[in-house]
Amino acid sequence: MSLALLVNGIEHKVDAAPDQSLLSVLRDNLNLTGTKYGCGEGQCGACTVLLNGRPMRSCRTLASSAAGKSITTIEGLEQNGRLHPVQEAFLKVEAFECGYCTSGMIMSAVALLKQNPSPSESEVREFMKGNVCRCCTYPRILQAVRVASTRAVERSVEQAR
Amino acid sequence: MSGNTHTLDLDVAQALALENAQQGSTLKLDYRFELQRREFFKLLGGGLLVGVCVSSLAQESGRKGRPSEENLPTSLAAWLHVAEDGKITVYTGKVEVGQNIRTSLSQQIAEELRVPMQSIQLVMGDTALCPFDMGTFGSRTTPVMGPRLRNVAATAREQLITLAARRWQVSRDALVAADGKVTDPRSRKSISYGELSRGQELVTVIPDDPPLELPKDWRIAGTAAPKVDGRAFVTGEHKYTPDMKRPGMLVGKVVRPSAFKASLVSVDSAEAEKMPGVTVVRDGNFVGVVAPDEPGAMRAVKAIRAEWKAPQQSSDATLFSDLRKPTSEPGETYGMNPSHVAGSVEQGFASADKTLSQTYTVAYIAHAPLEPRAALAEWNNGKLTVWTGTQRPFAVRDDLAETFHVSPDNVRVIVPDTGSAYGGKHVGDAAVEAARLAKAAGKPVRVVWTREEEFTWAYFRPAGVIDVKSGVRKDGTVVAWRFDNYNSGPSAIRTPYNIANQKIEFHASDSPLRQGSYRGLAATANHFARETHMDELAHAVGMDPLEFRLKNLQDSRLAAVFQAAAEKFGWGREKSFPARGFGIAGGVEKGGYIATCAKVEIDPTSRDVAVRRIVAAFECGAIVNPDGLRNQVAGAAAQGLGGGLFEAIEFSNGKITNAHFADYRVPRFSDMPKIEVVLLDRKDLPPAGAGETPIVGTAPAVGNAIFAATRIRLRSMPLVPRGLQKAG
Ligand code: FES
Ligand code: FES
Repeated sequence: MSLALLVNGIEHKVDAAPDQSLLSVLRDNLNLTGTKYGCGEGQCGACTVLLNGRPMRSCRTLASSAAGKSITTIEGLEQNGRLHPVQEAFLKVEAFECGYCTSGMIMSAVALLKQNPSPSESEVREFMKGNVCRCCTYPRILQAVRVASTRAVERSVEQAR
Repeated sequence: MSGNTHTLDLDVAQALALENAQQGSTLKLDYRFELQRREFFKLLGGGLLVGVCVSSLAQESGRKGRPSEENLPTSLAAWLHVAEDGKITVYTGKVEVGQNIRTSLSQQIAEELRVPMQSIQLVMGDTALCPFDMGTFGSRTTPVMGPRLRNVAATAREQLITLAARRWQVSRDALVAADGKVTDPRSRKSISYGELSRGQELVTVIPDDPPLELPKDWRIAGTAAPKVDGRAFVTGEHKYTPDMKRPGMLVGKVVRPSAFKASLVSVDSAEAEKMPGVTVVRDGNFVGVVAPDEPGAMRAVKAIRAEWKAPQQSSDATLFSDLRKPTSEPGETYGMNPSHVAGSVEQGFASADKTLSQTYTVAYIAHAPLEPRAALAEWNNGKLTVWTGTQRPFAVRDDLAETFHVSPDNVRVIVPDTGSAYGGKHVGDAAVEAARLAKAAGKPVRVVWTREEEFTWAYFRPAGVIDVKSGVRKDGTVVAWRFDNYNSGPSAIRTPYNIANQKIEFHASDSPLRQGSYRGLAATANHFARETHMDELAHAVGMDPLEFRLKNLQDSRLAAVFQAAAEKFGWGREKSFPARGFGIAGGVEKGGYIATCAKVEIDPTSRDVAVRRIVAAFECGAIVNPDGLRNQVAGAAAQGLGGGLFEAIEFSNGKITNAHFADYRVPRFSDMPKIEVVLLDRKDLPPAGAGETPIVGTAPAVGNAIFAATRIRLRSMPLVPRGLQKAG
């Protein structure tokens, strides 16, 4: 079936099977491979993307159900060559070893900071517990989210002035 | 009897060779492709049946004339190239799986060559371009490949100085190499490396001991250099094997047997074959499909009705008694039986005031790398190229060559930086599958395992049973030590404590599941048993567990990490009580010294155990990159919580019964304690690897802390798969 998907601000016409997951359409049809397959069972978070700003497991989301919504993937965070603050924080803190979980981690963190710009550490843990880092760089990821949230707070203070 | 209990000093390399030999014989998914075999017999002229199936072990040790780590190229050009624009390319068969060696090796090359890190490009794990390498395992990159590439870079630097001297007709002694240039301080002339080499090969032989920088003088090595291609990981740009595409590429999937050891009885693939673009491949016991895309391949697999016949197989319920049975194939699983004897344990026990005899068990666990096993294979005129995430690209190349009866020279394996391995990616199962399907399809084919396939068809960290019997004097001196390990392996089987009378043995078993390497190999199991037992002994003689260890220790490096961990942790400052406990454990393996302190809390109502704090002190000689090292030590300590607390593979009659993340619990954010890392930098000692050893302290430290709080002694890993209530 033919679908119109709005991915990272660009509308794409794709020919998808009715049972095809959003993850598969992103990776296989649109060649956006930054979103990863880790389990296909909604259990690891490697495939996290934003749907209207909310984090979704794209492996458990039918592509057809994403039509008409705004989809953001890791490729859509960078703006005019500038990394998103969460990407910057992950890079600065080096919150990864093999990096395979990183896209999903960053997308979850972006979603969290959007709804809660300065979360407590236990709020971060709770919000992100569906994301697995098998290399167990969790302490660094927590640190990166903290760094990013401090920046987010600083920025909103600046804007309020 | 004396034949297999003689003293045998196993050094690290031997132990590694041994563990790898063990893997070699058990690791490969055994595809015997009919078509291939017929072709091969045709080649041989038929009739030659014996000797076709050489085990990997025999290949590894008995291959003549093929490259080995002993006869590596000594010509500089094989390792390093300076381009006209000054870009340096260095070739190594090691692979990057998250242990950060792309960065740490680049640092060491930059240091010796005296160039900025950005000018270095490391080509890793490409069998067509890189000198032979046994594989990336055993924490060997830092102690072996690091110095090798430093030698290479230093040789290149010296050669460039010689070229400059020749060009300027001056003596080379006064010339200085720095910042990618050679300068003559007398005439102030300088020339870049690129101009000097003009992109041509630097022909010279690498000496064994070119002049190297001393760690105390390092400026680039030894610093917290950021990950060289870090940006590609936060933007999603980096291409792992499952992300790769080739023109015309199809997607492949394997129809998995109903159980381990199953053979195919019949297959009905008519429906699948009618699907557009689908090809079904059947070869011996192998059934696979190729389709235009992933969903199509999945649908085709589902449409195939295959009937399998499998023998009755054992389950995890009888695992530990099964492992005690001696292997039915002596010489098959292990070439030798590593034992260690010192003094006389009989006399030791006779002189002890107390003896203690306990058994410890360790479950099978899965690596569960987040990037599943995957490969992309492409045939061109009888030549095969395979991209795959493996720790042993050359071994996989040879495996492919053997399977498809082509010369290894016609097979190229390329390893993109991979989404972790932890010892789990030593073999090329996905590579063989992709190559078989690509051969049938006449197009490039990519195979990516599902999570369920990962949990089922990969191999596991060996389960094991360990019996420890010891004797101790009232003053806390351990005088007798008997240690018998069944199946889990010989890594770190020897005790670092100073015990006069010892008998330590490894016993091979028939593993009911396919088993192999894992981060730290058997060091985790052996440390768990040893460090738990030492804790039991300390309590038996009424001594503080740290004091007891130090009393029996002469190894000053191990003592130093114990003291460093204890100091940071504040060991002894607070007493354990039923809701909170403190534990300590440590050891040495592969040149790395680790001591771990743990604080646990036990919920009085649910009896759930939460690890609240871990302090890990680690020393591995001179530190190459402190930031990367911290990440490795913290990550390993945290990963150790999984196998320590709750990870266990469950199986029954040839099936894995918890083959999903929903059923196989891995550490998550919610399980994370505060983790503090103390690094001891010994600039006077050569660097050793660090990717593995820090994992070994976690489980015993946590178990000992649980005992300190509750007086419940847990002797099985995982310690509390269902909370404390049911564990005790
Ligand atoms: S791949 Fe979607 S949650 Fe794991
Ligand atoms: S960095 Fe390897 S899985 Fe997170």
